[in-house]
Amino acid sequence: MTQLDGVVKPKTKRSKRFLESRAPKLTENVKTAMIMKGGNTSQTVTQALKDIYSLKKPNAVLYKKKNITRPFEDSTSLEFFSKKSDCSLFLFGSHNKKRPNNLIFGRLFDFHVLDMIELGIEKYVSLSEIKTSKCPEGTKPMLVFAGEAFDVDNDLKRLKSLLLDFFRGPTVPAVRLAGLEHILHFTALDGKIYMRSYRCLLKKSGCRTPRIELEEIGPSFDFVMRRTHLASDDLYKLAHRQPKALKPKKKKNISHDAFGTKFGRVHMQKQDLSKLQTRKMKGLRKRKGGVDSTEDEAAAAPKQVKVES
Amino acid sequence: MAACSVEQLLAKAEAEEAEKLNSITVKKELDLEFDIGNLLAFDKNRVEVAVFRQQKKDEFLLALARDNTQLLINEIWKQPTERVEEAIVAKLPDPVTPLPREKPPPKAKPPTKWEQFAKLKGIQKKKKTNLVWDETRVAKNEFNRLKNIARAQKGKAPGLGLTPKAQQSKDELARAVSVAKSSTASVGRFQDRLPKEKPPKNTGKKRKFEPLIGNFSNEKQKQLELLQVMDSKKPKMDITKAVNKQMREEDREEAAAKYKKGAGKRGRKGNMPGKGKGKGGKGKGGKGRAGGGGGKGRAGGGGGGGKKRSKPGKK
Repeated sequence: MTQLDGVVKPKTKRSKRFLESRAPKLTENVKTAMIMKGGNTSQTVTQALKDIYSLKKPNAVLYKKKNITRPFEDSTSLEFFSKKSDCSLFLFGSHNKKRPNNLIFGRLFDFHVLDMIELGIEKYVSLSEIKTSKCPEGTKPMLVFAGEAFDVDNDLKRLKSLLLDFFRGPTVPAVRLAGLEHILHFTALDGKIYMRSYRCLLKKSGCRTPRIELEEIGPSFDFVMRRTHLASDDLYKLAHRQPKALKPKKKKNISHDAFGTKFGRVHMQKQDLSKLQTRKMKGLRKRKGGVDSTEDEAAAAPKQVKVES
Repeated sequence: MAACSVEQLLAKAEAEEAEKLNSITVKKELDLEFDIGNLLAFDKNRVEVAVFRQQKKDEFLLALARDNTQLLINEIWKQPTERVEEAIVAKLPDPVTPLPREKPPPKAKPPTKWEQFAKLKGIQKKKKTNLVWDETRVAKNEFNRLKNIARAQKGKAPGLGLTPKAQQSKDELARAVSVAKSSTASVGRFQDRLPKEKPPKNTGKKRKFEPLIGNFSNEKQKQLELLQVMDSKKPKMDITKAVNKQMREEDREEAAAKYKKGAGKRGRKGNMPGKGKGKGGKGKGGKGRAGGGGGKGRAGGGGGGGKKRSKPGKK
């Protein structure tokens, strides 16, 4: 059952649960990626797709068959697949004479292509070629981006955001420190993008913080950037819009100064001065139930009596 | 000599400490940007292309990655940690890098008809207070419940003859007799009457209808009377209502007078409950009857001395 048309009313509990799992949520599911290949792929591309699938594994779908489509020319079939498998990230691999060893990283918003960036593989070392012990599947990687270009170049800025979105995995409230093993390092240098994957060895340093040694585990890529398709500013902004419920509530009456001192504003109620206890003197003592001439009035308005007597 | 050795030791310790720190510190021109929630670090420093070309590519990248990772790890180790099942866990802050959503935010559900109505009328959902077990309240509730049951039973005619009791009241006996009498196949139609036997009370009303064709002059009279009432501008005096009103007023005056007296004495000490109330009890029963003498009022108030006053016109 797909959510192809606008309104699908579930007929069974099971289908209802299914639709609920796919419906828009305040805090969203982890983005899943579909990894597919085009009409022609080289050995390099196929292996690269498999390797990236293994990096991304619990949150990815690997399409085994060829899909003859060209995302930059017509993205409808991609959108169809994304709806079918509820994926909002995709990686498309192809190989032809004009663009050999081609990978397209992309993401979708509301089942429409938001942005996609084409990267050509210049050099590739697969996961299995490097004979070391690997990280366990589903490890949340640490991501490091290096290079000035990631901050300057517009396309690279977007690529950085895309790669972060692609590889970051689930958002977690806490991590096991000993489990921080996997490092993905992206370096933009000399017009190329170097992607390296390392295993991180925590060595004793004598301090609390360990000393880090790295060991390459693969896959490693040298990419060149080819075509890009970036979302318009409007769409990009729309995709970033957070629902109101998720925005942090503004705290009223609390401010901080430059030194980090906390200031608060407190609202006091007006003090009732009539009940103020002044100095006690015998002469000013309140009388206990003397019979007054005003008693008739007092009887008519009993509330006043209490105050006066 | 001793002082010298202490100094030496200190210097040595300091050097060791520095060495330790040295192994985990990395110097960079620009500080890295971190997003610990995503385990992300961003190194903005310019990499000299010339240096990069001279060295072996992979080795250079490895060194760069090591330095950056060390900095990232240093940053992560600064987060508050706790122990969960034999593992040390660092708490991560929320991610700060804005990333696009997967799907647009969920739309608000359209309000139900009740919600719309409640909004229109300004009805707010009441919050239920935290209920607390209250012994006295429970006792009171139980008492009220029993009272309710008793009240409900009192109005009913005894279904099957006499209820077992030490002393049957005259009323109950009479009712039992009437029930027994009507419990025949012909609903008591052919039952003989004892001499001096009174007609049964509280047997309920039977509807009686005028014959369809009969006394025309009587009917005419009734219709005319009705029309007259409807036509007249003056409101019809409802005696029952008027008397009730009068009685209530008297009550109020009496209460006010009592309050005045009480207020003079200060407090409730002198004001015995019940004594003042009982004052006008018996005497006024007769008055109520006289007031309601419109024919409808039955002798309800006359029976009980305990009842303070019977409202005329009401059974």
